[in-house]
Amino acid sequence: MSTPLDPLAIRRISASPSPNPSIRNGNVPAVAKLVDIGLCIGCKACEVACKEWNDLGVEDTYNFGSYQSHKALTPNTWDLMLFNEVEINGGLQWLIRKDSCLHCDEPGCLLACPAPGAIVQYANGIVDFNQDKCIGCQYCLVGCPFDIPKYDPKSQKVYKCTLCVDRVGAGLEPACAKACPTAAIKFGTKDDMLAEGKASVDRLKQRGFVNATLYDPPGVGGTHMMYVVPHGDRLADYQLPTNPTPRRGGLGVLGAWKWAGAGLLWAGTVGLAVHFIRFRGARIDAIKARERELEEQEGRR
Amino acid sequence: MVSLATTFGRGAMTNHWRDLEHADVMFIVGANPAENHPCGFRWALVAREKRGTKIVHVDPRFTRTSAVADYYMPIRAGTDIAMLGFLIKTAIEKNLYHEEYVKHYTSAPLLVKDGFGFKDGYFTGWSASANDYTDKSTWAYQLDSSGYAKQDPTLQDPQSVFQLMKQHYSRYDVDTVSKITGATAEQLQKLADIVLSTGRPDKVGCALYAVGYTHHSKGVQMIRTLAMLQLLLGNVGRPGGGVDAERGHANIQGNTDNAISWELLPGYLRIPLAGQETLADHFSVNVPKKFDPKSINYLSNYPKFLISLLKAWWGNAAQKSNDFAYSYLPKPGAPSSWLDIFNAAYTGKLQGLIMNGMSPANIGPNSNAVIKALGNLKWLVVMDPFETATSQFWKDAPGADPAKVQTEVFLLPTTHWLEKDGAFTNSGRWAQWKDKALGAPGDAKDDAWVFTQLYQRLKAAYQKGGTFSDPILNLTWDYLDPYYPSLTEISKEINGKDLTTGKQLASFALLKDDGTTSSGDWIYCGSFTEDGNQMARRKTTDPTRMGFYPEWAWSWPLNRRVLYNRASADLQGQPWDPTRPGILWNGKQWVGDVPDFPPTSPPSDGIKPFIMLGEGVGRFFSLGLLVDGPFPEHYEPVESPTPNLLHPNVSADPKAVRFPSVQDKFGTPDQFPYVATTYRVTEHEHYVTMNVPYLVEAMPDMFVEIPVELAQEKGIVNGGRVKVRSLRGEIEAVAVVTKRMKPLQVNGKTVYQVGIPIHWGYVGIHKGGMGNTLTNFVGDANARTPAFKAFLVNVEKV
Amino acid sequence: MVTTRRGFIKLGVGAGAGLAAGTSVLGFPTDKVEAATRTLKIAQAREFHSVCPYCAVGCGMIAYVLGDEARNAVPTVVHIEGDPDSPINAGALCPKGATTMQLTVNRRRVLKPLYRAPGAADWKEMSWSEVLDLLAQRIKETRDRTFVTVDSKGNTVNRQEGFAVAGGAAFSNEEGYLMAKLFRALGTVYIEQQARV
Repeated sequence: MSTPLDPLAIRRISASPSPNPSIRNGNVPAVAKLVDIGLCIGCKACEVACKEWNDLGVEDTYNFGSYQSHKALTPNTWDLMLFNEVEINGGLQWLIRKDSCLHCDEPGCLLACPAPGAIVQYANGIVDFNQDKCIGCQYCLVGCPFDIPKYDPKSQKVYKCTLCVDRVGAGLEPACAKACPTAAIKFGTKDDMLAEGKASVDRLKQRGFVNATLYDPPGVGGTHMMYVVPHGDRLADYQLPTNPTPRRGGLGVLGAWKWAGAGLLWAGTVGLAVHFIRFRGARIDAIKARERELEEQEGRR
Repeated sequence: MVSLATTFGRGAMTNHWRDLEHADVMFIVGANPAENHPCGFRWALVAREKRGTKIVHVDPRFTRTSAVADYYMPIRAGTDIAMLGFLIKTAIEKNLYHEEYVKHYTSAPLLVKDGFGFKDGYFTGWSASANDYTDKSTWAYQLDSSGYAKQDPTLQDPQSVFQLMKQHYSRYDVDTVSKITGATAEQLQKLADIVLSTGRPDKVGCALYAVGYTHHSKGVQMIRTLAMLQLLLGNVGRPGGGVDAERGHANIQGNTDNAISWELLPGYLRIPLAGQETLADHFSVNVPKKFDPKSINYLSNYPKFLISLLKAWWGNAAQKSNDFAYSYLPKPGAPSSWLDIFNAAYTGKLQGLIMNGMSPANIGPNSNAVIKALGNLKWLVVMDPFETATSQFWKDAPGADPAKVQTEVFLLPTTHWLEKDGAFTNSGRWAQWKDKALGAPGDAKDDAWVFTQLYQRLKAAYQKGGTFSDPILNLTWDYLDPYYPSLTEISKEINGKDLTTGKQLASFALLKDDGTTSSGDWIYCGSFTEDGNQMARRKTTDPTRMGFYPEWAWSWPLNRRVLYNRASADLQGQPWDPTRPGILWNGKQWVGDVPDFPPTSPPSDGIKPFIMLGEGVGRFFSLGLLVDGPFPEHYEPVESPTPNLLHPNVSADPKAVRFPSVQDKFGTPDQFPYVATTYRVTEHEHYVTMNVPYLVEAMPDMFVEIPVELAQEKGIVNGGRVKVRSLRGEIEAVAVVTKRMKPLQVNGKTVYQVGIPIHWGYVGIHKGGMGNTLTNFVGDANARTPAFKAFLVNVEKV
Repeated sequence: MVTTRRGFIKLGVGAGAGLAAGTSVLGFPTDKVEAATRTLKIAQAREFHSVCPYCAVGCGMIAYVLGDEARNAVPTVVHIEGDPDSPINAGALCPKGATTMQLTVNRRRVLKPLYRAPGAADWKEMSWSEVLDLLAQRIKETRDRTFVTVDSKGNTVNRQEGFAVAGGAAFSNEEGYLMAKLFRALGTVYIEQQARV
């Protein structure tokens, strides 16, 4: 594993022009996590190691008929094991996937974000949210094809996995990868992880998983967290989209409006009007879903 | 422990965690390592990546281990001896065993006395009137004039252990075993194909088990069947092989080694029993007999170990003239195990109880009975960093009325592992020293401090008078600070020293029976030598590249990483598989791992590999050492949905330990039709993690796993609430309705199994039903371990 | 709690105003706009080697401790992770191991000896010296009352069956050894451990 040389080398900033190319960025290799589902035992070490390292708040969960701790990621849970029981060719498979930010190379969240500097893509590929600059508009929720960013009503900010940018910057691997008991989560340069992933897919094919595949979806420019998927023909059973792209569909005009909105936001407040005119629907849907979830939890306890 | 000691000589995991990476087949039974030993299980997956290891999991539940296994086979809880007996039968009849190994390294050629047999559920010697085996005279070898066991090297003699074993398991045909276990014939055949593929020199397989095998009324025999299978396949003593007992808690191995166990003294010496009036009496029972001239029979040194222990404990008060203070040792007159303790409390015979980092109220079995037993005590002490269900039983147990509970309760706050140093011994026998990283919070104190403070008060009191005060007043307590000894000092005492020079000893081979050496636990002799604390070593070199890491920590005995490693090589001293050597003879000496005999003794000396046994070889036939027979036999759990198909009149193990006083009533299938099994999940460790917020968040509530088909019959919905009842009590839980619990066809009937985790209770961040409210108060015939893993329940929608 | 429209508006105003302060006339940043990565929380910590307190795999762990033990700087653990040098776990930890920080730094810890008299409705705090005096009395009184020197068959047995001790799977070898030594010296036959259950 090589260490990214300059963790603060920046490639892209939300709602801002690209920074000037720096001569220092040339040597920053792209990094990636590789989640080998064939090695994953669903122990949740990554889930809690993430919470411990990032000092994330404890949430009051309840058992809803599953080994899964939360129904989906939350502002305080950036890494979640998803459990799905399916029968494949008459045999039972317990499909377990670590869900957390995939760190898209073309990040839908960043492209959708109207707040300058709230989302940053580093030269090494890590996509990080800067809550100081987040305005809580939740466009990123809509832009993300993986349903990763989560809005916290209390702080009115959006949160997600940082790929432990603080650790990576210090030459350490992300907390989830470090903890993983079975080395199902690997971390290194994107090139190395691609090679590892392909080798693992080959081994799975030899073991009879003929549809094994490496999940590095091109629609988002590839990702900086990839999966080795044993049943690559059953992506939906792992709750993985088949061909994700940054969500621009319902927000066709986002690009243009975002820039306008961003300019206005810098000056003060008028951007709000824009927001409500253009994107209210999508945002409200996202909020309502979360509202329902909270109510349900409230009702349980 | 009992089973492995009986079969191989030492009651411990034969190999170590890292060693799993050398296996071709990983046979996992009665265990769920992906959940309960995740970082150890890493090496199973490494092995598969590296060498295509086949991971096989046989379990009543499809768990997170099954999810990554190459082959999962369901089985009805409590029927594993049938499954393993089928494998033994198949290995023998299809000639899939490792013949050279079996001939030279096992007891297969030894001849058993005429008249030994098995009929209608009983071995020879059963007395119906006494309800016991009253005549075990045929459970023995035929001896020659020198007292050694007679042998037939061809294995053809009908009285040879091999032929008797073959005959015993001839009844375990695939159809019968399928009807018993609920696994189909096809599934069993596939299992045999994979597991028996290692019965040859160039292949090796390891067997892993945990409390899924110990928690049965015949758990010892279950493990023994597994150990016998591994002997047949020639897998014991080899890297990548062995029978790996996965211990549960951080230092469960270390403190079994140190004899927090009613029948033991440190180092697996035996507590003397009533009637063994002198050391000589005790030795005559416990020093094993030598059955083969080439057997080292290392336990013939037993007197040196015990006398050195008595010197460690009573110093100058232990002299040859007083039989080395042998009379100071208590001599139990009856079994005094966990179940016996709570039976005594339940019946009002026990006055006081001191609990240290352990909570019987949750562990049970039969938590309601245990809680009642706690209420019968005069005084109860709980030493723990947290409140436990045991410390709070008088106020928080369901229906508790403090005014009616007359037990005086002490809750003494103790420190955590991080707040003190000392060594933990892991399941693979590696003793690892740890740092003290933090001070204690509040007034919490180290356990050693509490014991010491108590000791000093008791000593002062006995100086003024009291019953039989000599063992207390003469107890060695010569620590630099007698009110707070350092763990380093105690560690040196455990290792032992030469009393004439005062020097730390480097090996238990130096211990003497004349009172000139001391050693608190002979198997740890070598752990803290004149060269310092060997357990604190942190060197990451691995000269043989076999994963022994000989200078990382220290493993007993004598830093040996794989037990019985002589069996890793053939008669000429060459490894069975040159790519995976344990030890090998290089023409001058043995190299590799640490051998358990002189390293310069050439293969031509013919030293036998199982040095702790009088035979020197692995035991298929356990003589009279186990109370329920020399060969394991399938018996049904005491609560079972079916009669025993092999012998319906003797369904359960006739020697299963029962307690009429607590509850000798058992549920029947008409009232309680479903087989239940208890277990742990990866997010929790017993009860202490109910205090850890992130872990409660990760696995929040008490649940039970219910087959989809049963849920449909009963109208139970996933995530809804259910009530689970046994004859002992009932609990409520969330239903996890799952395809992972498949209905089984047992003797023509559909049997459902229900999974019950044990982590919740009435103390903790989240509260919930206690799984052990349901379990039965029955013990293993030999180890007296409660049978938590197979009993009957009913389930209904709430 | 969920965001209301009013909340959103307030947020928009606040954020907009705040951000405006450090910007150019165009409203775009002129200097560095980087995500504020947290400082590495273990950068100033001291490392201690430990072994996981949960299962018997024996994973090596490193505890990161802040605080120099000066009078007003009580050291505390800020993070625990696997010891990469350990040949057993190579730096990994399971979910229990990965959250051991919460096991030790935990508000639910019992901080004072507690005593509950027969029939009492609640605990009472006690000093160690009081509680140990009382307990030593109980032990001696129970032992002396139930001690059997010679059994019914005339064998010398020197045992006490009045009280039992059990536990020890969670503390170190030396403490376990001391426990066995002390309680066997008192004549205890009922001595058991987690291994049995």
